[in-house]
Amino acid sequence: MIRITFFLCLIGLLAAPNAKAASSNYPLEDAEVDLGDKASLYRGAQTFMDSCASCHGAKMMRFGRIGDDLGLSEEQLAALMPDEFTKPGDVITTNMPAEYAQEAFGIVPPDLTLTARVNGGDWLYTYLTTFYADPDTAWGVNNAVFPDVGMPHVLAAEQGLLQPVYETEGEGEDAKRRLVGLESPERPGALSEEEFEQKMRDLTAFMVYMSEPAALLRAHYGPYVLAFLFIFTLVMYLLKKEYWRDIKH
Amino acid sequence: MIKSLGKWVDDRLPVSHFWNAHLAKYYVPHNFNFWYYFGSLLLVVFVLQIVTGIWLTMSYKPSADDAFASVEYIMRDVEWGWLLRYLHSTGASFFFIAVYLHIFRGMMYGSYKKPRELIWIFGVLILLVLMAEAFMGYLLPWGQMSYWGAQVIISLFSSVPVIGPDLALWIRGDYVVSDATLNRFFALHVIALPLVLLFLIGGHIMALHEVGSNNPDGVDIKENKDDTGKPVDGIPFHPYYTVKDLFGLGVFMFIFAAVLFYWPDGGGLFLEHPNFTPADPLKTPEHIAPVWYFAPHYAILRAVPDKFLGVVAMTVAILILFVLPWIDRNRTRSIRYRSTAFKVNLFAFAAAFIGLGYLGTQPPTTLGTLASQLLSAVYFGFFVAVYFISRRERTQPVPERLQ
Repeated sequence: MIRITFFLCLIGLLAAPNAKAASSNYPLEDAEVDLGDKASLYRGAQTFMDSCASCHGAKMMRFGRIGDDLGLSEEQLAALMPDEFTKPGDVITTNMPAEYAQEAFGIVPPDLTLTARVNGGDWLYTYLTTFYADPDTAWGVNNAVFPDVGMPHVLAAEQGLLQPVYETEGEGEDAKRRLVGLESPERPGALSEEEFEQKMRDLTAFMVYMSEPAALLRAHYGPYVLAFLFIFTLVMYLLKKEYWRDIKH
Repeated sequence: MIKSLGKWVDDRLPVSHFWNAHLAKYYVPHNFNFWYYFGSLLLVVFVLQIVTGIWLTMSYKPSADDAFASVEYIMRDVEWGWLLRYLHSTGASFFFIAVYLHIFRGMMYGSYKKPRELIWIFGVLILLVLMAEAFMGYLLPWGQMSYWGAQVIISLFSSVPVIGPDLALWIRGDYVVSDATLNRFFALHVIALPLVLLFLIGGHIMALHEVGSNNPDGVDIKENKDDTGKPVDGIPFHPYYTVKDLFGLGVFMFIFAAVLFYWPDGGGLFLEHPNFTPADPLKTPEHIAPVWYFAPHYAILRAVPDKFLGVVAMTVAILILFVLPWIDRNRTRSIRYRSTAFKVNLFAFAAAFIGLGYLGTQPPTTLGTLASQLLSAVYFGFFVAVYFISRRERTQPVPERLQ
């Protein structure tokens, strides 16, 4: 009884929801990241290089590592690289000078190598899909999970511009509007809703991979290690039984 | 040839004496249960931390400019670096899981009582040094939580009257946590404290082997010896407990590996997510949470409204363990033969510790602070209650032999 109580306590402690400073209460969507889907990761890498890497670097990620991990051919890898001078050992850097970025955006765009690890794939996917029209901001857009974000909606042409649905809270001068949902754009983007969502899922999956390439190695070696330890434990159990046969309890 | 070489060495070095005294002819009770695995497991985890630590040191750079990037370099570019790093980070958490269970075992079966007070004192010293070791190690990845956690904890010293600010400055070596702090923490983490730990663990085990192990019945097996002087209820540690502990090690390593390969972040408890952002002295995080193993003490700190008194409460929460052998005046060791009052008291203490651990990881709220105060009262109340309960406790008779 005592033992069971103890284990329940321990499990409860480990399962306790972990504190994370939430900057908004907008519900996160499941990114459905599958690191085993190499094609999805490759499409995500392409999107990253096309749409993100012009402003953001990922200076802990080497091109060669992406090629090895995703099983890319030389042509596929070359297609990811920005120019013919880039070598597989190079990391993802941006050409945008920091001073220019500071002037244009008011902030130097952050390095994205570890973004998925800090915020999680679900947050990232929701962030990528919830830019909406907000004429009060510098770029005319805002974001549901990252209020007052300093980034323009880079993919507006593909997604279209989502329209916000607000709810007013409080009365008179204290009234505050709160974002409760997003509606389809007035003018549809170049991609259908499904196509855009798939593209963002691929991008999210790539960024999750990029934040921890070792995740692929963990998944690869994990079963062997556990199988070995299981057999080891079993043998030790039988050995212990054998040795303890002459001990009376 | 090998035999004569063995004899040659043995005539000059007490190898076989050591083997017999500590393993082959070291007699231990035959009724150890689940709780008795953690001592040997801790020894294994200690060695694991030392070995992985040595290899991590080969690629880690203790400087404010390079530390964060060098950890990611280990995770990405160093062959098997990710495994070494995860072994070390998961090892730190499992070290504390095992330590807390090991301490609780001692409290349940009265292993701190005469004649084992000194083993207990060595143990509490090990806990203290281990906490310092973990705290300093946590600064090394130089992420946001590393940085701000250290900033918060070191600034606690500045609340000490009179010498406080100078003391904090002396610890940091700077006015804020900086490169100087990182370098000295690195030195203490990789050399000074592991050496201290090694000596303390040595003392802990030597003291244990001098008086012999306690057991779940709290029966003194040395009271019943046969004609040859061996305890009737004792069995040699080797081979009986070496094989049993190897089985325990297998189970432990299985769970350890499952976490390492499939859940290395521990849901943000073993590796905090914000710590994957490089330290930024100009940007204070919204919520600074300690790693889970410091959370109970952090909750006690926050439960006290006054900063300095909070520091005192947090410190006393650990130091009070030193006097437990003398607070508990009852001579019956095992919980099996003690009163219901003691049992309730002990489990309330354990529940309070776990509850405080949960609260310590959460952002402060009015309700949370109230709960922390209540559970802190239960935590300290345990020691007060033990003092009074143990004075005239109705215990059940302890059997003469192991059950």
